[in-house]
Amino acid sequence: MIKVEVRLFAYFREGRWKKKTLEFEEGTTLSDIVKYLNIDEEEVSILLLNGIDGPASREPKDGDIVSLFPPVGGG
Amino acid sequence: MSGYMGKILRVNLTDRTVKVEPLDLKVAQKYLGSRGLGVKIMVDEVPANVDPFSEENKIIIATGALTGAPVPTSGRYMVISKSPLTGTIAIANSGGYWGPKFKATGHDAIIFEGKADKPVYLYIEDDKIEIRDASHIWGKTVSEATEIIKGDHEGVNVLSIGPAGENLSLMASIMNDLDRAAGRGGIGAVMGSKNLKAVVVRGSKKVSLFDEERVKKVSSEKIRILREDPVAGGGLPSYGSAVLVNIINESGVLPVRNFQKSYTDNADLISGETMTEKHLVKKQACFRCPIACGRVVKLADGSVVGGPEYETVWSYGADCDVYDYDAINEANMLCNDYGLDTISAGATIAAAMELYEKGYIKDEDIEKDGLSLNWGDAKAIVGWTKKMALREGFGDKLTDGSYRLAESYGVPELSMSVKKQELPAYDPRGVQGHGITYAVNNRGGCHIKGYMISPEILGYPEKLDRLSLEGKAAYAKVFHDLTAVIDSIGLCVFSTFGLGLPDYVDMYNAVCGDIYDDDSLLEAGERVWNLEKLFNLREGIDSSHDTLPKRLLEEPVVNGPTEGHIHHLDKLLPEYYEVRGWDEKGIPTEETLERLGLEEYKKYLGLASK
Repeated sequence: MIKVEVRLFAYFREGRWKKKTLEFEEGTTLSDIVKYLNIDEEEVSILLLNGIDGPASREPKDGDIVSLFPPVGGG
Repeated sequence: MSGYMGKILRVNLTDRTVKVEPLDLKVAQKYLGSRGLGVKIMVDEVPANVDPFSEENKIIIATGALTGAPVPTSGRYMVISKSPLTGTIAIANSGGYWGPKFKATGHDAIIFEGKADKPVYLYIEDDKIEIRDASHIWGKTVSEATEIIKGDHEGVNVLSIGPAGENLSLMASIMNDLDRAAGRGGIGAVMGSKNLKAVVVRGSKKVSLFDEERVKKVSSEKIRILREDPVAGGGLPSYGSAVLVNIINESGVLPVRNFQKSYTDNADLISGETMTEKHLVKKQACFRCPIACGRVVKLADGSVVGGPEYETVWSYGADCDVYDYDAINEANMLCNDYGLDTISAGATIAAAMELYEKGYIKDEDIEKDGLSLNWGDAKAIVGWTKKMALREGFGDKLTDGSYRLAESYGVPELSMSVKKQELPAYDPRGVQGHGITYAVNNRGGCHIKGYMISPEILGYPEKLDRLSLEGKAAYAKVFHDLTAVIDSIGLCVFSTFGLGLPDYVDMYNAVCGDIYDDDSLLEAGERVWNLEKLFNLREGIDSSHDTLPKRLLEEPVVNGPTEGHIHHLDKLLPEYYEVRGWDEKGIPTEETLERLGLEEYKKYLGLASK
């Protein structure tokens, strides 16, 4: 098992939480985590693994941080 | 004349004369209006090397062809002058309602010349134009002056400076409709130097449209795109621009302690989510804006005021290591009311905190002010703001910006600025393309004239690897030119969260006539950018100024997800000059000026290379 810190932002927090450390089996993908959270992958606009955006097929390691954002912008 | 009103006001404050001049439609269309028109007037009418506070400098307030037209986000106007902060062209944009209300008086722009011998304000009610005595509002804050003016004149919109502009603070803004700011470049001080307190407008005229039916159709289509866009129709109205705090921090590019760090565990305390949950009273929209990113917040004392933007939450927050929203909201309110640029104000306090930390500023320098320069001191960020606006105590030194402050201690490199203007809220070491915008921006350190954060972090219009250099120079050039288009036609750059170049072509052509296609409209933006560059070259601001603070080029990021990275400007800058059609010294080639229809300005190329 690996421990991953999952951080949620904007409306992903509604009815959920801001951050939590969760346990997953090794080989779990970001996509699996998004599904586990009951979030539609289409709605995830920014998917950071340790601060780096990229595909949902990535596999986090023990101690990694995953940050999920719906579409946001500003400036 | 479709889109344009056809008249320019020339106000000579020395002679107290007002002339109404015809707008040259061909020129207006070629430079689009607003930013482009103002820059052309500055280049044509103001000689090189004038003192920004002298009678020779001019200040131009200009609308675009679409300002006030029935298309989305058409509430913008631009102030153009020579900046006393940077010595470059000053181009500062604002929303709210003043711009369209001014245009409704039947004028496209005002050129202010000379200098009044006593405080005055300009009153415009359609064709009735008067230079009036402003002695009763001089010294008043923006809200006080606005209230007095509204008591004297019914149904008006007010643009004014606050005490900071009167006191010639080099970070003074111009405010309109109480809390909208043409913020950057110290442009409020140019107004102050001319003894011009306010411009008060009431108009009854409409923008004439080339094809009214088409405008209706095009407009409702663009409004629908914006409403359906998840950012313009979702994230921005729900959380305001401060929704960026968490995403920028999670990406490891949120500057902390004057760019000494690039990530903080405290970001959520000052996030858009927290503002919405704890401080937001309601959102507010500018003229004809379906987005409504503006915030109204409650201060600790219960008063209800305009809320801070992302940049302000950062400058007074993370950059000063302050995570107290009440203090940030209060500092923001003071900036609006006293007329200070929130980015330069907060970032200069942050620079002063580093200068204090490193022992350059001593306790005895600030003890009489009763305020500290300790990181994280929430009381200090509020206190220094007022002192900067009033030039009180050590605030007198702070108010001319971080560059002059740091330079006075012999360490200008501790100012996180480009061309002496403070950088905004993104560490370019983790967003390589955005660093190009910082380095080459014609008005100095600024994010908004080519917002590479959109592709590099937010995924608009597509997602780019933020740490990669590949293709970034060419991408940045397109963003610079497109932003010049949006500014010059009179729309808001936030409309790009949904709209793209063809949408702006649709709107411009429906309002003004079938003049532009995608390529030629983008080229008009390129024309504006090049003319600004020529203004700067004429002032002696050459490629040696197209750089970043040493810290960002040489010191790797020390914490967070961007740890270990520096900015690679040495690789990106030559590429940028090349895609611009400039030589290796960053000077436009004759061919480039010819291609852009700027032949008449080739005479300045010789000056630049000397």
